[in-house]
Amino acid sequence: MTLKATLAVALAALVRNKARSLLTMLGIVIGVAAVIVTVAIGVGARTSVQQSINSLGSNLIVIQPGSVTQTGARTGFGGASTLTPEDGLAIAKLADVAAISPMVSVRTQVVAGENNWQTTIGGVAPTYTFIRSWPLVGGRFINENDVASAAKVAVLGQTVVAQLFPGGQSPLGQTVILKGAPFTVIGTLAALGQSGTGQDQDDTVLIPYTSAMERLTGLTTVNTLMVSATSATAIDPVQQSVTALLEQRHRIVPPQADDFQVRNLQSIAQTASQTGTVMELLLAGVAAVSLLVGGIGIMNIMLVSVTERTREIGLRMSVGARAATILRQFLAEAIVLSTIGGLIGVVAGGAGTIAIGLLTHWPMAIPPQWIFASVAFSAVVGIFFGYYPARQAAALNPIEALRFE
Amino acid sequence: MARVVEVAGLQKTYALGDESVKALRGVDLSLEAGEFVAVMGPSGSGKSTFMHIAGLLDTPTAGTYRFEDCEVSTLSPDARADIRGRRLGFVFQAYNLLPRTSAVENVELPMVYAGVPEIDRRRIALEKLETIGIPQLANHHPNQMSGGQQQRVAIARALVNDPGLILADEPTGALDTQSSQDIMRLFTRLNAEEGITIMIVTHESEVAAYARRIVTFRDGLITSDTLNQRRAA
Repeated sequence: MTLKATLAVALAALVRNKARSLLTMLGIVIGVAAVIVTVAIGVGARTSVQQSINSLGSNLIVIQPGSVTQTGARTGFGGASTLTPEDGLAIAKLADVAAISPMVSVRTQVVAGENNWQTTIGGVAPTYTFIRSWPLVGGRFINENDVASAAKVAVLGQTVVAQLFPGGQSPLGQTVILKGAPFTVIGTLAALGQSGTGQDQDDTVLIPYTSAMERLTGLTTVNTLMVSATSATAIDPVQQSVTALLEQRHRIVPPQADDFQVRNLQSIAQTASQTGTVMELLLAGVAAVSLLVGGIGIMNIMLVSVTERTREIGLRMSVGARAATILRQFLAEAIVLSTIGGLIGVVAGGAGTIAIGLLTHWPMAIPPQWIFASVAFSAVVGIFFGYYPARQAAALNPIEALRFE
Repeated sequence: MARVVEVAGLQKTYALGDESVKALRGVDLSLEAGEFVAVMGPSGSGKSTFMHIAGLLDTPTAGTYRFEDCEVSTLSPDARADIRGRRLGFVFQAYNLLPRTSAVENVELPMVYAGVPEIDRRRIALEKLETIGIPQLANHHPNQMSGGQQQRVAIARALVNDPGLILADEPTGALDTQSSQDIMRLFTRLNAEEGITIMIVTHESEVAAYARRIVTFRDGLITSDTLNQRRAA
């Protein structure tokens, strides 16, 4: 008997019992849909985390001062005041460094007319927008002249714009007061939204780092140096050369500990991505269990079906079906059930994925290999759980099968 | 005339718990092509066992069975399945039609297993329904037909591969008198007009009366083998 004939006989048998066939399939449908949806959620969550990490800046290396011990109490990283803008200028000359920007952070009140708002002031270099991949929406950014003259100019984030200029008038050219000093607004930043850690990145005012040091902190040191490597692969070498350079500049010799700390976001991204992969596998594992349960459902129904159709099997044998033909027919029924169930599950999972994507605004995606794998797996489930009932059917004695009541 | 069935010294012993039951104790019988034989006997006489062996559904414990000049008692299960599908036709007391399947599809079933091409199956099945006289029921399902009609479909199914022998096991056992007579007249006509060899197993003498030859079993042996002088019609 040809494969086509076997499938035709199997399909006819399944169509004769439509309701039962559909219910049997349901287990597989739910299993496969669950696999598809969980994988899509995993991928979506991972992509989402990746995107928010990337939004902090590509190929970014962050240098912070180390901790100091003050009367026995150790401050955390950033507690020391050891990084200077000159460190930054020296780093800028290293190989594979695309750009550097110092960062002087001060939290203070900013006033514009009758509105005021507490926000984080960032003293930065002109390269900052490049390092952070942060475009402007209006005006211009801080330039080298502003830095050289410690100009009183400011670039506002969108949250600050909304708080200080609620009427919707353009902030460009307006004056904002920072710690008593008037700053002219020269530009506004594009909205970035929340960072990966949930902070509002738009709640900031950027000014030249020289202005921040002179007028806000009164210090000669900076809080952070931000370095952008030329490529993702250059991150590790740059990190090493930066460490070596700063050790030399700060005259640190082993076993003395470094008075600074160099980190890159790639490692954070990797951790997040690994966490995502683990979650994805965990979810897929749970979904696979439900597929397994679906398979057991198929076996259960097929066994009932073999008993119920004993006379039919006897008849088929008497009109010339070989034992192997009967086995193939029942196996084909199980495989057809599980595969069609798998295909329906893919469609249902796809629909569920789209629905969740619309709700969460995550960039959901179903990797094609998972679609293929889940359909293939459901076919294997059919073979595995269909074989035992099929063998029971094929082993029947035609005379006893015909007499079966 | 070609010899369809030739059995010699046929024995069948069943193990029933610790006891062994001798269902057949040495049966000799031959059947020529075109014969119409009724096998009679009370229950336990061995007539059903004989029919199962004759129909290649079972194998004898001892003795020989030549079907269409071929020794079949030692064939493999697959070879026996192939002969059942291609050279034998079965009619059962309970019709044994596939439920929720049209008459014509039921008739096609043996051809599916015999490997008849799909395009020929429908045509041949419709021809046989025509021969049986129920072409109008081709698309009816078993639950839309009377017992007599269902049995006619089953007979069409038995005829579909032009078998050398039709074996009918109590074909009228579930039918009323009128339907029984119709079915037996149909067998008579198929035998007389199409020359089909028929063996009917029954315990009713009214049914056996339609056959040309009556073989009676008792306690696993043939006790009489006579030509039927007063055939019913």
